[in-house]
Amino acid sequence: MTVRELASHPDFSPIAMPNPDREVKGAYIGDLLSWVMGRAKADTLWLTIMSNVNVLAVASLADVSAVILTEGVTPESDIITAASEKGINLISTSLPSYGAARVLVALGL
Amino acid sequence: MAEELVFRFDVDGEDFTSAGQASVQVKKNLRQLGVDSEVIRRVSIAMYEGEINMVIHAGGGTALVKVYPDCIEIVLEDHGPGIKDIDLAMQEGYSTATDTIRSLGFGAGMGLPNMKKYTDSMDIESTVGVGTTITMRVNCQEVL
Ligand SMILES: Nc1ncnc2c1ncn2[C@@H]1O[C@H](COP(=O)(O)OP(=O)(O)O)[C@@H](O)[C@H]1O
Ligand SMILES: [Mg+2]
Repeated sequence: MTVRELASHPDFSPIAMPNPDREVKGAYIGDLLSWVMGRAKADTLWLTIMSNVNVLAVASLADVSAVILTEGVTPESDIITAASEKGINLISTSLPSYGAARVLVALGL
Repeated sequence: MAEELVFRFDVDGEDFTSAGQASVQVKKNLRQLGVDSEVIRRVSIAMYEGEINMVIHAGGGTALVKVYPDCIEIVLEDHGPGIKDIDLAMQEGYSTATDTIRSLGFGAGMGLPNMKKYTDSMDIESTVGVGTTITMRVNCQEVL
């Protein structure tokens, strides 16, 4: 599945899509940045409620395919601009992380 | 054998929002050199953790990244308070970070453990009241 395909699902909305063709190979859920860097694998989705600027650095360094902001979290507009510039895909969902993960499982991840 | 390539960065101890810039730049530079993506990932995560530590615990410092033919070396140097008990600081979950820092998603006490996990060697030299120098190496194959 690509990030573009994922973002077309009714439960997910694209916020920044600079790299829509990235492949998605799994997912990791977490809000503590060092845990994410220690555990999330490259080319996976990162589900979190954090939306500050440091999330972009972590997403870039951990090389995740996209960040899914759950619980209806919406980032400031400068974060969205920075994500586009840095090539980081951002997707939002009103579902909590657990609900979003269930959708991902149903989609075959 | 080609000569080593060195990148040098000043890490600002005041500016939390720009923390990580050096690591992101290193990632770009290594990518341009054609370094293996898993090596890049390990180097840049280890460096980011060290960079963040210099910002939140030491008031900033300098980062040197040296690219050798068979390894990448990261040297992080600061003149912050130093680490009194290195074994304790290395334990997963140990952190002296404030609540403000934690609310940003840092301060999980996993930074030093991640740096060790992602590198092939890591050496910490620290003197209380003087500062800390951390040297990490990640092995790689014939970059230069
Ligand atoms: N450069 C540094 N200077 C002074 N103290 C440091 C430095 N790096 C780490 N420490 C100390 O080691 C502890 C553990 O570091 P780390 O594992 O990165 O966790 P965290 O940064 O989340 O607190 C820190 O809370 C701090 O007390
Ligand atoms: Mg740390």
